[in-house]
Amino acid sequence: MSDPSSINGGCAVAMVGKDCIAIACDLRLGNQSLSLANNFEKVFPFGDKTFLGLTGLASDVLTLKEDFRLKHNLYKLREEREIEPETLANLVSSSLYERRFGPYFVGPIVAGLHSKTNKPFICGFDLIGCIDFAKDFIVSGTASDQLYGMCESLYEPDLEPEDLFETISQALLNAVDRDALSGWGAVVYIVTKDKVVKRVLRTRQD
Amino acid sequence: MDIILGVRLQDCTLVATSKAATRGISVLKANDDKTRILNTHNLLAYTGEAGDTVQFAEYIQANIQLYLMRENDTELSPKATALFVRNQLATSLRSRKPYQVNVLIGGYDTKTDVPALSWIDYLGTHVELPYAAHGYAAFYCSSLFDRHYRKDMDLEAGLDLLRMCVKELEMRMPIDFKGVYVKVVGKDGVRAIEL
Repeated sequence: MSDPSSINGGCAVAMVGKDCIAIACDLRLGNQSLSLANNFEKVFPFGDKTFLGLTGLASDVLTLKEDFRLKHNLYKLREEREIEPETLANLVSSSLYERRFGPYFVGPIVAGLHSKTNKPFICGFDLIGCIDFAKDFIVSGTASDQLYGMCESLYEPDLEPEDLFETISQALLNAVDRDALSGWGAVVYIVTKDKVVKRVLRTRQD
Repeated sequence: MDIILGVRLQDCTLVATSKAATRGISVLKANDDKTRILNTHNLLAYTGEAGDTVQFAEYIQANIQLYLMRENDTELSPKATALFVRNQLATSLRSRKPYQVNVLIGGYDTKTDVPALSWIDYLGTHVELPYAAHGYAAFYCSSLFDRHYRKDMDLEAGLDLLRMCVKELEMRMPIDFKGVYVKVVGKDGVRAIEL
């Protein structure tokens, strides 16, 4: 009921394909059972081919989005290059663990391609920054149980970008329809070595 | 059970707040204004814990006005104002005694000529919305807004929409909230209006 990570609702998912990755989220922002907005994106770009998904308490999602934007900008100035997904993952992890005994109530996921090698990378975290490396898919948010179910049954390795889009979209859409706190639209990013495609999906509006 | 409503119209933003100040079962006051003017084009409406609300609203008001003096009369935009308020609430949330205040910020951006409405709760959740309400009023008014709101509504159409909401609230709310004060935030600043 007053669990901070399920007050606002929302979820995100990332998948690895053949030389590509996909990351997606729903668009709902609510206050308990009352839906407030259907344009609340939970996936944020960091450079060209790296993305961070943040689910959980909306206040912390906003705070961390800005915090990582600041840290990403400082990183770019210091290093004069874009941040790698692995590096962002470690940055997220250490930033969250700094708040070990008063955590941000979020479930972050990172997905991206290495800037030089284009090797796909995805990972997830718990709220205090423990990294969960995965080679197939990562789920997060109030529909995470449903997403696990959908991903386990739909996912197959080495999908081409178009097929990966279909898989992640179906997984997300069917998962959020079984969660009262998620849905109200969705956004999917498909990232390949020379192109990022963002698609906004229409979903059930109830 | 205070009521605050906000509607973003074609060329202004409407904010309505209940006149009753209640404590437990008693109505203590029937002419309570739950708004503060932050600067010429930004209005803050608030509900929440009795002592915190006015304290927080006036703290924000003072800081926005301090900014105005320091920055050579440069006004903070509605977006910047809302982000400042959100930041204060989000910081306060992790302090020893957080402010329990929920706010709506009605604004008008003079640079782009666009009205704005922000919904911010005590957790620091911030969303820009076409229409918004806090507390129980949201349950009764959201469906009315969903059905009757059009983004190209003029002032009179907006007031009609608010009248529908107030009528519904008078019917459904368990206590008399003594009507509402309505404020318009538009190109020429903030002005009060009779519903």
